[in-house]
This record gives sequence, structure tokens and C-alpha cells, in this order.
Amino acid sequence: MDFGMMVAQLGEGMVVTAEIFFLTLLFSLPLGLVICFGRMSGHFLLRTLSKIYISVMRGTPLMLQLIVVYFSPYYVFGIKISAAYRFTAVILAFALNYAAYFAEIYRGGIESMPVGQYEAAQVLGYNRTQTFFRIILPQVVKRILPSVTNETITLVKDTSLAFVLAVVEMFTAAKQIAAKETTILPLMAAGVFYYLFNLAVAAFMEYLEKKMSYYR
Amino acid sequence: MKYLEIEHLKKTFDNLQVLKDISLSVEEGEVVSIIGPSGSGKSTLLRCATMLERMDGGSLSYLGERAAWEENGTCVYAPKSELKRIRKSYGLVFQSFHLFPHFSVLKNVMDAPVNVDHVPKAEARLRAEKLLGQLGLADKKDAYPHQLSGGQQQRVSIARALALQPRILFFDEPTSALDPELTGEVLKVIRELAREHMTMIIVTHEMQFARELSDRIIFMEDGVIRQQGTPQELFGNPDERVREFIGKFQA
Repeated sequence: MDFGMMVAQLGEGMVVTAEIFFLTLLFSLPLGLVICFGRMSGHFLLRTLSKIYISVMRGTPLMLQLIVVYFSPYYVFGIKISAAYRFTAVILAFALNYAAYFAEIYRGGIESMPVGQYEAAQVLGYNRTQTFFRIILPQVVKRILPSVTNETITLVKDTSLAFVLAVVEMFTAAKQIAAKETTILPLMAAGVFYYLFNLAVAAFMEYLEKKMSYYR
Repeated sequence: MKYLEIEHLKKTFDNLQVLKDISLSVEEGEVVSIIGPSGSGKSTLLRCATMLERMDGGSLSYLGERAAWEENGTCVYAPKSELKRIRKSYGLVFQSFHLFPHFSVLKNVMDAPVNVDHVPKAEARLRAEKLLGQLGLADKKDAYPHQLSGGQQQRVSIARALALQPRILFFDEPTSALDPELTGEVLKVIRELAREHMTMIIVTHEMQFARELSDRIIFMEDGVIRQQGTPQELFGNPDERVREFIGKFQA
């Protein structure tokens, strides 16, 4: 196999990696906010359930969670699993897992907000929803951006775990080529790909940080 | 007309009674200063009056409308929709400004009128620009709070409160976070408001200022109103504790 073909095959895997990455962010970022609200809720049951959810999601391997999400429709509900469900299960497991981490990042950001911002908003007559979305959340986003960058970069590398459900993302592709051609070159190439991907992620996040640096 | 009426206000924090039976009423156009040592309950009184803190007992009314009253020994507040309307009758200026850092000066002043009172944007902008002009901040409207001095930030926060056209303005130690240099520019604004007969209730440590500006001064100590009266009455014939307190400021 020549170098060009290898890169082409890795490229196909890269597309899957990118899909997992973007879809996970798309679902886990908002879901994290919902879980964060539950975690900070005054309702005891809601708060406890959210706490347990976060604890389990952070406390067990993502690889195991992928397997559980994939097989539970069959073992729990007796639904026959189709091949197409594999990719869905990957996205589902990733989104559920990352949402737990994002929820805690959001909570940290929200709790770091000075009480004065809430009080000023209250006296000015903003209702709770307006206070959160107009006053608090924009400032929280700025505060948590560095932590979100960290998590996002970890996600890029975590996408390789999709191999447990035989979804051929970039790392799986690299391993397959490496095994067939008995060379570690594809793995090294994959490493370069991951690195470049993360370089782009970091550059984008830095751009966002800069965009929000107009205030302190 | 009584703009604010507080009767038998009680407030306890963790078994510590911070306010013990405070009654206070403020007439239209009156400027009332509240002085007293720290820990005397001045700020808590203001926070209860502005509903940032729940009262444990007593009643609170604005412009004859009841916001809270006592029923069977506990304090009951009016329904949310009524409180929302009652809140419109007053504004509060905080010691440490609490401007919204992510909004420009102009947006800080016009955001609440637009989003809370549903004033058309163009009108809110005109109102905000006019206020900022009056407060000497016309050239700062596009700046962000962190780019301003403390005195300028406090003036923006006064403009922000005034933009909602409240009938009463509360000040919670408006100059305590400022250098002596910057204190003057904020006091000047409050003085101008007094000249325009704005009803104001000011918690302050600026004795000279309170004396020259107020229609009435209230001296608080240990959660009670120890003495109150016109500046002449209070400074001319202070009771023993008041004399001691004022003396500390003149020393």
C-alpha cells in the first residue's frame, strides 16, 4: 500500500472521528446545562438523582458505558439491535458521559458568580430566566472556557474508544492498516492527525476567548 | 403621600436579632439619611426594604400598596405579580456598583427598560443617553465598566437605576468603595437629585454630606432607631450615643 492510499483510508476514519466529535458536543453541551440545573435544584430528589448520575458517569470507564448503551436495548428491553445502532450508541454514550463533565464545569462557573449580579438584576426587575440568560450565563461562558477547552481536547482523543463498538474511526483505521501492512507508520500518521485536530480545536477556543476578552 | 412605610420590621439571622422593631415612613420628595456604627443594621434595613432580604415580622408598603404584612406571627408577602409591580417603584444603588461587566455603559442603562419595562429600544436609548449626559458620562457610553474609574462606575449604576424611573432611590453606602477623590463626584450627583426632589434613602458614613443634604437623619444602633430628626435636631441636640458616634468622625 502506498502512502497516498494510507492517508486516504485514514482520512475516511478521520471523517468518522470528526462526526463523533461534533455530534457529541452538539448534544452534551446543552444536556450538561440541564443536568447542571438538576444538580443545583432546590428539589431534593432532582438534586440527588443528578448527583448520582454525575457520580456514575464520571466514576466508570467510558468504554464500559459504550458497551452498556449498545447492549442494553437488547438485554433490558429485548429489542433486536441493528447494525446502524452502533454509531448511534457511540454518540449516545459519548453525549451522556461528556454531559456529566460539562454539568460540573457549568456548576463551577455559575457558583463562582458574585451574588451582587443576581441582586442587581433582581432589583432592576429581571425575572429568573432573564437573569440567567442575559446576565449570568454570558459571564459564566467566559469563565469556563478554559475548562471546556480541556474537556474538548480530551474528547478528540476519546473518540478512539468507539472501536469497542466496531465503529471505524481514525484510530481503528490506523490499527487495521498497521496490522495488515506490519508497520507502525499509520499509527504515527494517526497521531499527527489527532494532534492537528487538537491544534485546530485549541486555536478556535483561543479565538473565542479573545472574542470575549472585551470585558473583565 | 407616604412613598415608603415600614412598621415593626424584625429581622433575625441565626438567632441574632439584627433589626428589632423598626418603623419608618418616608414622604414624597424627602431625603432621609441613615447613619450609625457598622453592625447597627442599616444595610439590613435597606435590604429588607428593597426585598433582597425577607423580613421576619412587620409590614412594608410602597405608595400605599402593601408588599408584606404580618399574619399570625409570620411575615406574608404579596403575590409575585404584585411584588413585580411594587418593585418598579424603587431603585437601589449598591456600595460596589454591581454593573453588568459584559454590557457597555449604554447597554447597562438601557437593558432593563427594554427587557423589563418593554420600553421601545429607540426611546430607551434616548432616555439612557440623556441620563448619561446629565451624569457627565456622555463620552463613556460605549466603554465597558472595567475601563471606568470607581466614581464613573457608581454614576453609571445611578443612571441604570434612574432609567427605570423609580419614585424612590435607595443608596447603600454609595461612596464607601471609593477613594476620597472620587467620592465627591458621586455626592455631587446625589446632591443634584435632591435638588430635583427625588425621594431618597441613603445609608452613609459621610456625616457632612448627610447633614447638609438630608431632610431627616436616622441614627441606628443595635437594630433600633436610637434617634431621628432634622440635621439641626440631631446634630444640635444629639443624645449621648449619637454624640459619641459623631465625635469619632470629627476626630
